[in-house]
Amino acid sequence: MDGVHDMGGRQGFGRVRHSPKAQTFHEPWEKRVNALYSLAVRLGIFNMDEYRHAIERMEPRHYLSASYYERSLTSLATLCVEKGIFTREELERYAQGQVPLSLPIGPGRANVATRQKFKIGDRVRVRNEHVSGHVRAPGYTRGKAGVVVDITPAYPFPDAHAHGIHAEDEPTYDVRFNAEELWPNSADKAHVHVGVFESYLERA
Amino acid sequence: MPDSSNIQQNTASVEQRIDAIEAMFEARGMKAREAIDEFEHTIEEKWIPENGARVVAKAWTDPEFKKRLLANGRAAVGELGLTMPPHHRHLVVKENSPTLQNVICCTLCSCTAFSIIGLPPDWYKDLEYRSRIVRQSRTVLKELGLDLPESIYIRVWDTTADTRYMILPVQPEHTKGWSEEELAKIVTKDAMIGVARL
Repeated sequence: MDGVHDMGGRQGFGRVRHSPKAQTFHEPWEKRVNALYSLAVRLGIFNMDEYRHAIERMEPRHYLSASYYERSLTSLATLCVEKGIFTREELERYAQGQVPLSLPIGPGRANVATRQKFKIGDRVRVRNEHVSGHVRAPGYTRGKAGVVVDITPAYPFPDAHAHGIHAEDEPTYDVRFNAEELWPNSADKAHVHVGVFESYLERA
Repeated sequence: MPDSSNIQQNTASVEQRIDAIEAMFEARGMKAREAIDEFEHTIEEKWIPENGARVVAKAWTDPEFKKRLLANGRAAVGELGLTMPPHHRHLVVKENSPTLQNVICCTLCSCTAFSIIGLPPDWYKDLEYRSRIVRQSRTVLKELGLDLPESIYIRVWDTTADTRYMILPVQPEHTKGWSEEELAKIVTKDAMIGVARL
């Protein structure tokens, strides 16, 4: 989905708030969130693609204003309700207040039946497709051409895996793009490498 | 639309929300407390940047190990007793050179090889880094204190699949001949992300 989570190349953001001593966690509750969504994954309640997609499904104003771990927490709460671990009513009773959840999930899709195999050196293009569900091709690569420079092991197709649809493993290709071709006249010169699932690609 | 001030007033705090989930997990026999204690131990003892620093130091001092590391990162770090979660099927190690700077990011969320280089720092997960590093790499690196001459080319690695990346920094000249242990001490998480040179 073309959600606000798809941040690559968005303009208008300011300086990175960097510090060499930067921390991962700032509050004790954040560690509990991380521990409990990891537990839920280990228990098979949901997988990492479902987890990521539930973050993407957050209402955009909530996504942008929430801290990183509030987004994790919202995904965990949403998926536990959707998977029937507890109801929203029980959650809000325990929490003694309203709990904002992500918006409902839409349809996903299976691996693309007509997908092709590529080899190192092939020139490929990211298909010009708009899907409403989970997708791991960043919007900035859509319709853009690059070169396959490596092939990495197969993973479950995320567009299916996030939606409870049978997901076949498929290779991901390390595709090298030129930043100046991704954003003509408005990017620093560099190569941008993206791990692109086979179903997202066509021959260029 | 309900009045937004009304939502604010009635919304449970993040602490209340996670308290609730922890209590409900516990009530269902899902051993939430145990998982939290274990996680806190893991992040303090196991998922630490010292792991990646050992890998880098070994690669600097053992050319055969470096070859294996660049060919199959997951297997090579395994030689040092380091592991990755099952869904991280592949570790790709990218080597910097005097004319090349590699830098990693995750524009869609926050993916990292956290069991090797440590959990990602806050700024790595922020909207500013995620939006800008792919498009304004040289500018962002400069803002982070890494002012690269034009002779150094930049490659950005966007972690969109579950293949994970780490950067093998250039060994500083003055450290030639140091022991692995001494070398490991100078390797930082920022250098393994690729936003700093040593």
